Amino acid sequence: MTYETVIGLEVHVELATRSKIFCACPTDFGQEANTQCCPVCMGLPGALPVLNRAVVDFALRACLATGCRVSQVTRFDRKNYFYPDLPKAYQISQLHQPIGLDGCLDLPDGGRRIRLREIHIEEDAGKLIHDPWEDVTLIDYNRCGVPLLEIVSQPDLRSAEEALAFLERLREILLFLGISDCRMQEGSLRADVNISVRPAGSEKLGTRTEIKNMNSFKAIGRAIASESRRQAEWLRQGRSVSQETRRWDENKDASFAMRSKEDAQDYRYFPDPDLPAVVIDDAWIERIKASQPELPAAKRQRYQAEFGLGDYEVSVLTTDPALSALFEQTARLSGRPRDAAAWLMGEFLQAVKARGSRPDELTLDPAALARIIGMVEAGELNRTAARVVFQKVLDEGADPDTAADEAGLRRMDDPHALRQVVHAVLESCPDAVLDYRSGKRQAFGFLVGQVMRRSGQKADPQQVRDLLKATLETD
Amino acid sequence: MLDFNQAAALGQAIAARQVSVREAAEQSLKAVACQKTKLNAWITVDPDQVLRQADDVQRRIDQGEAVSPLAGVPVAVKDNISTRGLRTTCGSRMLADYTPPYDATVVARLSRAGLVILGKTNMDEFAMGSTTETSWFGPTMNPWRPGHVPGGSSGGSAAATASGQVLLALGSDTGGSIRQPCAWCGLTGLKPTYGTVSRYGLIAYASSLDQIGPMALTAGDCRILYEILAGPDSRDSTSLPDSPLPADCKLKAWTGGAGRPLAGLTVGCLDDAAPVQPAISAARAAAIRQLEALGASVEPLAMPLLDEAVPAYYLIATAEASSNLARFDGIRYGYRPDDADVADIGDYYARGRSEGFGREVRRRILLGTFALSAGFYDAWYLQALKVRRLVCDRYAEALRRVDLILSPVSATTAPPLGASLADPLAMYQSDRYTVAANLTGLPALALPFGQDSQGLPVGMQLTGPSFSDRLLLAAGEHIQSAQPVTHCAVDGEVSA
Ligand SMILES: [Zn+2]
Repeated sequence: MTYETVIGLEVHVELATRSKIFCACPTDFGQEANTQCCPVCMGLPGALPVLNRAVVDFALRACLATGCRVSQVTRFDRKNYFYPDLPKAYQISQLHQPIGLDGCLDLPDGGRRIRLREIHIEEDAGKLIHDPWEDVTLIDYNRCGVPLLEIVSQPDLRSAEEALAFLERLREILLFLGISDCRMQEGSLRADVNISVRPAGSEKLGTRTEIKNMNSFKAIGRAIASESRRQAEWLRQGRSVSQETRRWDENKDASFAMRSKEDAQDYRYFPDPDLPAVVIDDAWIERIKASQPELPAAKRQRYQAEFGLGDYEVSVLTTDPALSALFEQTARLSGRPRDAAAWLMGEFLQAVKARGSRPDELTLDPAALARIIGMVEAGELNRTAARVVFQKVLDEGADPDTAADEAGLRRMDDPHALRQVVHAVLESCPDAVLDYRSGKRQAFGFLVGQVMRRSGQKADPQQVRDLLKATLETD
Repeated sequence: MLDFNQAAALGQAIAARQVSVREAAEQSLKAVACQKTKLNAWITVDPDQVLRQADDVQRRIDQGEAVSPLAGVPVAVKDNISTRGLRTTCGSRMLADYTPPYDATVVARLSRAGLVILGKTNMDEFAMGSTTETSWFGPTMNPWRPGHVPGGSSGGSAAATASGQVLLALGSDTGGSIRQPCAWCGLTGLKPTYGTVSRYGLIAYASSLDQIGPMALTAGDCRILYEILAGPDSRDSTSLPDSPLPADCKLKAWTGGAGRPLAGLTVGCLDDAAPVQPAISAARAAAIRQLEALGASVEPLAMPLLDEAVPAYYLIATAEASSNLARFDGIRYGYRPDDADVADIGDYYARGRSEGFGREVRRRILLGTFALSAGFYDAWYLQALKVRRLVCDRYAEALRRVDLILSPVSATTAPPLGASLADPLAMYQSDRYTVAANLTGLPALALPFGQDSQGLPVGMQLTGPSFSDRLLLAAGEHIQSAQPVTHCAVDGEVSA
């Protein structure tokens, strides 16, 4: 019998607000332990939460981008459980009236529409750090109270590939909305994966298991493959799958049971009496709609229609918001979108890769790049010289005109001066001239190179070729 | 105390330089030392800190700063209100060594107004109790009759004020914890409209019911203290803007006046069949006569749901408490059990919380945990919320017919020590007249009305519409100017 895999995802995304969800502490990642805390996020006795409205703004962006129905009245609930990384012993979350319901997300390339059950807001917990040498566990509360969105899909995904495509799509949307940096290695995007299998053609859902806290695409793909294989194998052997939570072990490439349904905790959710309900009126939604950034799918269509870019260029330029913003500004300032695309996908992304960084970590002034494109177009810089200028702009933030002048890179466009260089080269290379005249065509390339070098790469190669040819043939 | 029995008068004397802030503070400290063993009203008093504050306030006064009418007056603060650098225990072993790194908003407001925080008063553990007997630091005695309880949970604040160690105190009221000890100690106390006094820094028992309020010998002093405490606070999301009374509120038009200052007011007297002690009925009759003499018309008011209100209150309060008190896990602060042989983190929590919390607190945490558990939530917690909604509706209706509601604070006067703890259900029932104000958020004022045959004080309660706090206090002032309050003599003698 063949089995079909059924997958649902619960994706947790850290929101990129400047301050935490219920206090004014900063959300900066990678700071010294327990330096980004106050009585509120440390859960000290008597401290009270005050909602950061920017979190609701961000959540609304996500709801609108995924077609969720926005709750006019949304509430916070307490999820009660004891754990050392949770200083209040409850997490403020949303169970009864989440901010968004019933959304959807389309898989790429005309793929299926995956339904979203809900989007809700919650706070992150701290981090436990086990020190095996001292055999102690330390707690860093910096992450406590960092705002999270939990985006919950319906069990509509059917394979690891679909699950990964869904996550890719979701990540791209969140990035372009500017509401999360979605860095899995820093834990700002994590997913719980619900998996069940059923005989192909069956409508009834099988018993599901949940693999918690996955933070790499690779691990998610492998975990789904491994777990669906395991479940199908059990069913084939006539055993039944038990509902449980499992932990993925990256090193062993397998998942292990953590706790069964019977041990599942009763979180005793109830409305948080410290936080009044949030009323989201039409004006609020309209304000968010009016400032909603363009989403990647719309961008891709527009790049093709407006700029005439090909599929590949479009897909590369829309992988990253910083890159696409650079592209759009450069294209606008230079009026030459194809050149802008070529520079960014070539020189710029190579520099990004060489430095092992992200597009937003490099500073490139789109006006400077547009100026370089303009100088090339006007024949003031040849390609080689333009690359040198680009490096100076990128490395030193140089002004392109100054950089071109200082390095003497501007094209030699005085025909008299160029003629002198050509004559000097022909005089100093009699052998090459003889070779050329005796029919060895490769000698011509050598002579062009010599002229370019003597001009300090400032000459226009085409002009050099024309002049050289004319001189050799008339002399 | 320096022969002052009103904080307002002491404040005036300090402003006029007839009394120094240090003198007032030293006098209070002396009284505290004197009555320490007899009453056990305080958990923490740090004389050095008190005198430093006093000198500070004196400097501000000397520099001509218009501090406040109560500048320099010592005040007692209940020990569940966070004070920076001053131990705040909630009357619990769990927090016996906890010193907050920040001030509650009300404490910051007291300091800004130049009041001298004399210390932290004893209370039922985590405000769970009606007698101040559940404190880890031992019971507090009623200054009118040591051997009897002062009421609770703000019993330390009540005893310290009634015995003249201070003239003002802060209490907190979740189901009557300001009003009932005020009634049992012959004081005036206000449970303000929910949201008018910030809860930031108040260690929560039940967040949707808790409210900090003033306790004093007179309604006049309560009013001045209330003005300092009340007002919106951006750190408390449940704090409300200063809302005026709604236009259709008849009380709005009431301005008082000489002779018959309560003329035009209709007071509904709670018509309840539940038995009360004879002294309570007598006080009720006296209150009605008094109100009528001042011009009010008094009519009987039937109030259904009194029987349902108490269980609903206990379900909501304990459900919230089970979550609010979960943070006391012995990890970051608070009581740490001996962990030499703990099996795992769960065992550590269980041990610390079993040893750190007293019996009544553990009982209420378990009750609340049960009420929120899967399978019981709808039948218990949600049902209680529905009853709460109904009680709110009934009170709103009643307060459209009458301006104020008169009722006893409690069916009895202060019982002897140990009498209540034996029967927790009976203790819970004693909150019959007080919990409605917390369920509805309405303001309620406890006023002293005479004594019983043993000389123990009796209190009556006036409840008004939301945001009528100032009018309630004004009504209290009129009542007390017609018939001055009886003070407890420190040596046990009653003086008028
Ligand atoms: Zn904080």
